[in-house]
Amino acid sequence: MMAHETVLATGFLAEPFMRHALLAGTATALAAGLAGYFLVLRSQVFSSDALGHVAYTGALGALAFGFDPRLGLIIATVATGAAMAGLGTRGRPDDVAIGSAFAWILGLGSFFLTLYTTRHSGGDSTANVSYLFGSIFGISASQAQLVAVIAAGSCIAILAMARPLLFASLDEAVAAARGVPVRLLGMGFLAIVGVVCAEAAQTVGALLLLGLIAAPAGAAHRLTDRPFVALALSAAIAVAAVWAGLLFSYYLPTIPPSFSIMSAATLAYLASLAAPRVADHALASWAGARKGAHIDAGLAD
Amino acid sequence: MNSFTVLASAASSSPDAPWSWNLAADLHDMLSYPFMVNAFRAGSIVAVVAGIVGWFMVLRKQAFAGHTLAVSAFPGATGATLIGINPMFGYFSFSLAAALAIAAAARPRRGGGFNEESAVVGVVQAFALACGFLFVSLYNGFSTSINAPLFGSSFAITNTQVITLGGVGLATLLVLTAIGRPLLFSSVDADVAIARGVPGRGLNVVFLLVLGAAAAEASQIAGALLVFSMLVMPAATAQRLTSKPALSMALTVVFGLLATWGGIALAYYQLYPLGFCISSFSFGGYLLANLATATRLRQRRPMVSAKPVGAVA
Repeated sequence: MMAHETVLATGFLAEPFMRHALLAGTATALAAGLAGYFLVLRSQVFSSDALGHVAYTGALGALAFGFDPRLGLIIATVATGAAMAGLGTRGRPDDVAIGSAFAWILGLGSFFLTLYTTRHSGGDSTANVSYLFGSIFGISASQAQLVAVIAAGSCIAILAMARPLLFASLDEAVAAARGVPVRLLGMGFLAIVGVVCAEAAQTVGALLLLGLIAAPAGAAHRLTDRPFVALALSAAIAVAAVWAGLLFSYYLPTIPPSFSIMSAATLAYLASLAAPRVADHALASWAGARKGAHIDAGLAD
Repeated sequence: MNSFTVLASAASSSPDAPWSWNLAADLHDMLSYPFMVNAFRAGSIVAVVAGIVGWFMVLRKQAFAGHTLAVSAFPGATGATLIGINPMFGYFSFSLAAALAIAAAARPRRGGGFNEESAVVGVVQAFALACGFLFVSLYNGFSTSINAPLFGSSFAITNTQVITLGGVGLATLLVLTAIGRPLLFSSVDADVAIARGVPGRGLNVVFLLVLGAAAAEASQIAGALLVFSMLVMPAATAQRLTSKPALSMALTVVFGLLATWGGIALAYYQLYPLGFCISSFSFGGYLLANLATATRLRQRRPMVSAKPVGAVA
């Protein structure tokens, strides 16, 4: 069994594109899993949906006007993330306002696509497909490293604000009364989600990054009530889904990797529905009752 | 020849006469093409149905679910093309299946905490889009094909499609009329409605199915990614302007029709995608409504503050 696994491992790790995909995919998944936990907790999954669509328009806009599409991606998502939080009450935007804005922004994306394909004779109309549905097997070494560095930065930022953000998400009024800068946290958080979405748009695609955010976090929320255990679990499930998806598509190349990753994430969520709360005891003993008590105490003060 | 290339080539047909500002002549020119007549017919049906269903969607704060049902039309269209059946079946079956999947999840609890519905909706949406992408990859007509089902082209609507759209639209509105009163009640105040014996959960399931049918209809005009603009924007605009239910519903239909007609005419005269044209008109209306409300509030404010504070209480 061990020998078989090593053969498999050297098989796919020998391919450079697979190493880049694993690096970029793992980094994106970690960041998406951590951000997703808070997005689900704060009922802001819709905001990340909107950010994904905005990412597409940003990339296409940059292409149409001849900039680096990655620059367009990240400017569009961070600006929109901060703006959405700024416009909403207490750093949480209104769904209808988000919906109206991003439905049009996505339309703008299709406008940029037409602009790009008509202006640049070399620009073909499939240029947008890699941004809509990702191109993780087409990532170069330098792109993968950049994605990894930016995703690592987002992870650190989320972990650094995890405790006050958790407080503000669970009881906004009390957190505000205790002097937690609720609005600023909400804006900062959505700006970081914007960065995560810009990175995920390059790996799993602007339309599919929602799955990497919602499914692992949804599963983690179902499996345990303990905040920090769920946070870690969400990131772990996201990483596992990306690895499973990449391996599946490596051995079955007709299936696009984005689809495999989304299927793995969806399966993880379905499995969590089948195992409601039974894992809680196992996880609790694994994390240690003392640590759990510590978290509860930490939240209270 | 597959339906994707038909859609793509029909969408790029250019008009003989340019826009002249002579509205009667322009309209006559556009309506001299059967495909334009069908585009206006189908667009009007969809604008009315999507507008009214969207009105309830906005009221019930189910915009995320509506968006997910709308994009579910994408795997429907591509899957049907892959196995060679009428895309119409694909549109409706995928959107209705997604509606049932979302309905299986609990409605969000009031207040904060873990919101199960939003996670489920997100998972359904990402998985549906991933399926659509899989179907397109398996079907090798990859090149231009992907953009028509995503961003819309109503210039290839057949007479049969118009009849089907009308039939399904009528059925949708009839169901909505039947459940309208309790649905309105439970949308405005879910807790009181449940206390009065209104079956909130059952209504939610029926409403999601209605929303799925409306989204599947609209996606054949605006494209899977931009349907949402037909569902959310007219209703959001109308509810911004007035809080009277009947009036705002009527305004929703009017705004939806205007944006759709304007969008179809605009798309006829240049090459940008129809979905973009419709969503631009709708979004312009939404911004104007917000601006109007903001100005109205600003004008009222001095009168309110002129009153002594104690007099109000």
